[in-house]
Amino acid sequence: MTIGLEHYLAVAAILFTIGVFGIFVNRKNIIVILMSVELILLAVNINLVAFSVYLGNVVGQIFAMFVLTVAAAEAAVGLAILVTFFRNRGDIAVDDASMMKG
Amino acid sequence: MALQAIAFYLMAAVTIASGFCVVSARNPVHSVLWLILAFFSAAGLFVLMGAEFLAMLLVVVYVGAVAVLFLFVVMMLDVDFAALRQGFARYMPLGLLIAGFLAAEMVVVATTVAGRGAAKDSAGPMASGATPDVTNAEAIGRVLYTDYVYFFQAAGLVLLVAMIGAIVLTLRHKPGVRRQVIMDQVLRTPKTGMKLANPKPGQGIDQ
Repeated sequence: MTIGLEHYLAVAAILFTIGVFGIFVNRKNIIVILMSVELILLAVNINLVAFSVYLGNVVGQIFAMFVLTVAAAEAAVGLAILVTFFRNRGDIAVDDASMMKG
Repeated sequence: MALQAIAFYLMAAVTIASGFCVVSARNPVHSVLWLILAFFSAAGLFVLMGAEFLAMLLVVVYVGAVAVLFLFVVMMLDVDFAALRQGFARYMPLGLLIAGFLAAEMVVVATTVAGRGAAKDSAGPMASGATPDVTNAEAIGRVLYTDYVYFFQAAGLVLLVAMIGAIVLTLRHKPGVRRQVIMDQVLRTPKTGMKLANPKPGQGIDQ
């Protein structure tokens, strides 16, 4: 049997759902939430590359590259904020992160 | 074709299974390692599609940089991760339900979309202008450095801002640590840096 576009789209959809599920169930652990966001962006990348390849247009891969760039920047800044937060509070529970409110 | 199908199903299964382990592992260090496996097999899927350049980029950027960054931070923070897992069992059933519906809907929509529209007429993978004499990396470079050169520069700017932001956020000056001040060194002149004294015998110099 031949592997078509829908197979890759299905894989990306399942991976995206796993990422959303990870944000649901790990509400307190911000590190796992960040990793779930990375999974979601990976799913988006799979979608972009699959459409790019099957539509014969290389622009989708370039867009995936930019998504990759932004994902790396997001991970770096997110983890830096996490480290600073840990230094100030001694904990990384997301529930306590509302102290800057108001 | 059969070999391609076997490779696809193997790598797709590994990607999804390791993705699930990322969100359900007890130890965040294990989560990071599963994340690395997920990225690796996703890179394999990219190779299967004929997007070799992005596959290598995924390995270099994600496995080489982002995952190692995660690993550093997870190991550096001294956190009681068991306490952070409270509520996992409570949110699990509802999360699974919502995730199941979401996945089913998205898969149905994706397979339907793939069967109609522009993608219906596609001649399959590797039709992406990738004639045998133009490799994937060359095809990307030809578009990236011409039509999308400003976006390319903007991506570099994003990375620069992120780097500066991460440094500004995490850099701290401990009191008591003597640091090099270039300004003071440059502004030093023989007059300020040297003191002439004429000590009398038997008295020494008062500091």
